[in-house]
Amino acid sequence: MLGRQTMDHEHLASLYRQMLLIRRLEEEAARAYAMGKIGGFLHLYIGQEAVGVGACATLTRDDYVVTTYRDHGIAIAKGMAPGAMMAELYGKATGCSGGLGGSMHMFDKPNNMLGGHGIIGGHIPLGVGAAFASKYNKDGRVTLCFFGDGAVSIQGFHEGVSLAALWKLPIVFICENNEYSMGTPLSRTLSQTDVSLKAVGYGIPHDRFFATDVLEVEQRIGQAVERARNESMPTLVEVRTYRFRGHSMSDPGKYRTAAELEEQKQKDPLIQARLKLELGWDAAKLAALEASVEAEVEAAVKFAEDSPEPDASVLEPTTYDGPFAS
Amino acid sequence: MTQMNMVQAINSALRHEMKRDDRVVVLGEDVGKVGGVFRVTQGLFDEFGDDRVIDTPLSEGGIIGCAIGMALYGLVPVPEIQFSDFIFPAYDQIVSELAKFRYRSGGEYPSKLVIRTPVGGGIRGGHYHSQSPESLFIHVAGLKVVCPSNPHDAKGLLLASIRDPDPVLFFEPKRIYRAAKGDVPDEDYTVPIGKAAISREGKHVTMIAWGAMLYEALAAADQAAEQGVDCEVIDLRTLWPVDIDTIIESVKKTGRVVVVHEAPKTCGFGAELIALINEKAFLHLEAPPVRVTGFDTPFPYTLENEYLPLAHRILPAVLETARY
Repeated sequence: MLGRQTMDHEHLASLYRQMLLIRRLEEEAARAYAMGKIGGFLHLYIGQEAVGVGACATLTRDDYVVTTYRDHGIAIAKGMAPGAMMAELYGKATGCSGGLGGSMHMFDKPNNMLGGHGIIGGHIPLGVGAAFASKYNKDGRVTLCFFGDGAVSIQGFHEGVSLAALWKLPIVFICENNEYSMGTPLSRTLSQTDVSLKAVGYGIPHDRFFATDVLEVEQRIGQAVERARNESMPTLVEVRTYRFRGHSMSDPGKYRTAAELEEQKQKDPLIQARLKLELGWDAAKLAALEASVEAEVEAAVKFAEDSPEPDASVLEPTTYDGPFAS
Repeated sequence: MTQMNMVQAINSALRHEMKRDDRVVVLGEDVGKVGGVFRVTQGLFDEFGDDRVIDTPLSEGGIIGCAIGMALYGLVPVPEIQFSDFIFPAYDQIVSELAKFRYRSGGEYPSKLVIRTPVGGGIRGGHYHSQSPESLFIHVAGLKVVCPSNPHDAKGLLLASIRDPDPVLFFEPKRIYRAAKGDVPDEDYTVPIGKAAISREGKHVTMIAWGAMLYEALAAADQAAEQGVDCEVIDLRTLWPVDIDTIIESVKKTGRVVVVHEAPKTCGFGAELIALINEKAFLHLEAPPVRVTGFDTPFPYTLENEYLPLAHRILPAVLETARY
């Protein structure tokens, strides 16, 4: 019994490490943004890390992940190198997309990370296409398709889920319900705020739970992943979560009260995981783990800072396959 | 060689490529059992099965979005949009996703697929079944745009498009789907993307056209010849990347240009062609370049033959340009 508990704690520690790595990378990204080193938009995942980490823990490297613009954390959870992620935010040539995309464009082909996407819901049919291809190729892969609660009223969501259900594709639709589509609460944008019920109309299984415990996320998403892999049946999973920062860096989040935010922070899945480790794991190991995360974050920032910017000459060869004159 | 019309030639290209490459799949509204509203995909469902010739719901954004995902995964989808007038629900997918994938993934994820769609007037379809939206796609960096005018080019360009590393919009002029006939090779061949054809050589006026309007330009050229005006007619075949070298070479010879297209005049592709000609051959021009186009109005149901830039509208423009 003791052995099993130890094993569980080792596993929890590995998930905690990823969540902490994402949290700390994004805190540093926010700092760099405030200093003008990162431009454009920056949508932080802070508070939601347990969703991406728990969900991606159920996958193999071959499986596909596609998500929205709140994508840094999920990319890290799928295996992207922190330096490549940070350098992309900085717009550096060493970034995961050569510095050409930026925050919303976390692509990582070796890890089958099919990108962050800036148009709400636009990526959902894309994920369906990836799932179609894996069924077509009979390669046993599963696609996880993440999106926010703001996406479920849009064309792409319905077209994507409709096709996946019709063709019984190996995909899991994960709605990260953080209760706000930008600044407007769910209750003011949806007549039925239980998003998971939308699955009923398409005749596919659904699930709904809070993402307070990263292990529960892993276990519940794992069921849907197995269903996709073994039965080629899509599932719509609504994971209830909360972002502690604004929609983007330019959003102070004044549409919610300090009390609400404080209440949510008490349930911070990162802290919850750490408390479990404090109680049941080795304190020295925990300290070493956290120190190693700090070192990794520091190295990622230094890598981004020291990397060169892309040269304008890359624009044409990446727009088409080889430049052509007009 | 086999005598074919455009529909048969395009069908033959799809069949050829699906046999050659099992990554090629066809999807769209009514493309499977029905064989497409214009019967372009007829027989493919029976030959290749329902996992390669896929009937979809009425869901253009879903069709194109799903095809993009397939392409990222390594399949080679050839989605059909039933009429190019129906492409607008998928415009976001095409502009925001398809055209940008190679760029925004730093070259890691090229997304290559071919969107086939019937274009233009000629069937009294009114404004929901007759438009020519090519310039809306030419304007978007990352897309290639093709529009064949005959069965030989249709098959060869479609095979080239399917094998091209970039996404291609393949516009099929529905007015000549069955009217344009010609010999089509049975063996494997391609017509290169980005290369125009000179359909008629001449020395007085350069006419630029594509798709169904090529035949109107040629008819006008025949009529102009009776009045002593010798026209060179260029069939663009590929609209983007445009074969500007062939155009400039011709304009340097004639010094006079008439561009013909079905789409409305304002911001139509003719505007870009004339801008390029002005930039590259201004001092060779002997007369102001002229556009003969559709009107800046919705595509009319009853006035189709007035709206379309048919030979009776092209001829006066050619004569005026020649005599300027």
